[in-house]
Amino acid sequence: MSNPSLHYSQDQPETSAFRHSYLRSFRMSAWLGWQIESNWTDPFLFAVYSLVKPLAGAAILVVMYSVITQGAFEAAIFPYIYLGNAFYIYVGQIMNGIAWAVIDDREHYKTLKYIYVAPVSFPTYLLGRSVARFLVASISVIVTILFGVLFLQVKIDPSAVDWPLFLAALVVGVVMLAMLGLILGGIMLLLVHHMWDLGAAVASALYLFSGAIFPLDVLPVYLRPIGYAMPITYWLELLRRALVGEVAEAFPTLQRFSNLELMGILLALTALFSILSIFVFRWCEQRAREQGKLDMVSNY
Amino acid sequence: MTVIARAYPRVIGQQREKSWIFFEIFLPMMAVSAYVFVYRAIGAPEDFVGFVVIGGAMTAFWMNVLWNMSSQLYWEKEQGNLALYIMAPNSMMAVLLGMAVGGMFATSLRAVVVILLGSWFFQVQYAFSSFFQLMLVFFLTMIALYGMGMMAASLFLLLSREAWHLSNLAQEPIYLVSGLYFPVSSLNFWVAAAASIIPLTLGLDAMRQLVFESGASYGFLSVTVEISILLVLCVVFLISAGALLGHMERLAIREGRLTESRR
Repeated sequence: MSNPSLHYSQDQPETSAFRHSYLRSFRMSAWLGWQIESNWTDPFLFAVYSLVKPLAGAAILVVMYSVITQGAFEAAIFPYIYLGNAFYIYVGQIMNGIAWAVIDDREHYKTLKYIYVAPVSFPTYLLGRSVARFLVASISVIVTILFGVLFLQVKIDPSAVDWPLFLAALVVGVVMLAMLGLILGGIMLLLVHHMWDLGAAVASALYLFSGAIFPLDVLPVYLRPIGYAMPITYWLELLRRALVGEVAEAFPTLQRFSNLELMGILLALTALFSILSIFVFRWCEQRAREQGKLDMVSNY
Repeated sequence: MTVIARAYPRVIGQQREKSWIFFEIFLPMMAVSAYVFVYRAIGAPEDFVGFVVIGGAMTAFWMNVLWNMSSQLYWEKEQGNLALYIMAPNSMMAVLLGMAVGGMFATSLRAVVVILLGSWFFQVQYAFSSFFQLMLVFFLTMIALYGMGMMAASLFLLLSREAWHLSNLAQEPIYLVSGLYFPVSSLNFWVAAAASIIPLTLGLDAMRQLVFESGASYGFLSVTVEISILLVLCVVFLISAGALLGHMERLAIREGRLTESRR
């Protein structure tokens, strides 16, 4: 990628060039990410691949639920489990996607060092790499929810959905997940190739502690504080409330909070993790440079 | 000697890398815990907690077969070792067998830890009906499963980067059809019957019948029938692995895919 400042005449404001360079880094890395994710096969197989995994994951929960309740899908707990699991697809894809981009570029394509010395914003590049996964995850989430609505009695009435709340929560959540991903990406800069499971491990832990597929009250008392400290808990609750209002509010875990309060907590935690991600990423990046790990291939 | 030599890094190397021990125990434990809490949230009988713990432990074997057996020749190709394997004066079948034996042993240690931790943390109650049959089912499942892995490894010999995606794809769908987190009899009979081609399905179902009080009532087929089918699968997969490996090796050499690396 060429230096973006070369495309600007001298009299253009520097801030415009600066902003343009970020946008271009983001756009190009998003395109690169899409190519890497999708061009290993034909579009049909890619579509099947993208949908089968999340649908199978949802089906495991559906069968588990069905065996015990004899198919009582109209009970309030079912949409709680189903929607939480559907939106959790974003967590694995976005957060893990950024961390994986570091490993992939450094160890597999061996291009990390070139990207790093190129005139692009490195964190912006990593964030851009997760866009393809965000798009794939969005399709998976939509298909999973549609499947639930059409075949499993998940009652989502479009006219009753709180769309502003849903869209606001979704946008804040995606930003929050990207920031969490940047923290992981920074840590991955210091780790060797065979620690690639770290992203999956964090996503699994959050799956357990964020009440994605069961109310937090089911967890032992001493484990619940972990869930309350995680922004994903509030994000999933807001999404559920936006889509199936009364059903979601029926569960005691976060019942005492209004939607506005939940959004406030989510925004505060997102801001906190965003600041943390900047510091953690910078620190890790500095350490990786000092220790010569940016171009160190540890694959064996 | 080749078998021992190839099994050695699987057993020793995997114990040396402490982070792998952590991840291979931590990840199944997280999944087990999440599904146990789902069952608790919907008021499932306590035996289902045990079903999940055993299923979670067995995922370690499936992951090992997928990533360290089936995809192994693809990894070797990516790292430039595959041509050396082929040129070396040893049998590729022995190399695969070594990988299987070593992987089976190392993964068994992790699976035992998952069962111990899960049983302790969730207070799982066991009711063993036949220890001999349990051991027989376990070993037959392992032989058939790793035989299947050896067969898949030869198929993966022809693949390039799509190997990674195919292995990735063969996780959740297999967890679903093999009934790793619920009795496989909950599925449609024909779906369960088709899924029985994966040795985990019948092996896990038989083990659950043998170690839980209510296991038999959720069984898909009788334990004796499941043992017989597993025995057939062992023979079929091991023979097929040998035949397929020879064929694929010749094909890969002819088409120049042994050193190919499409990134």
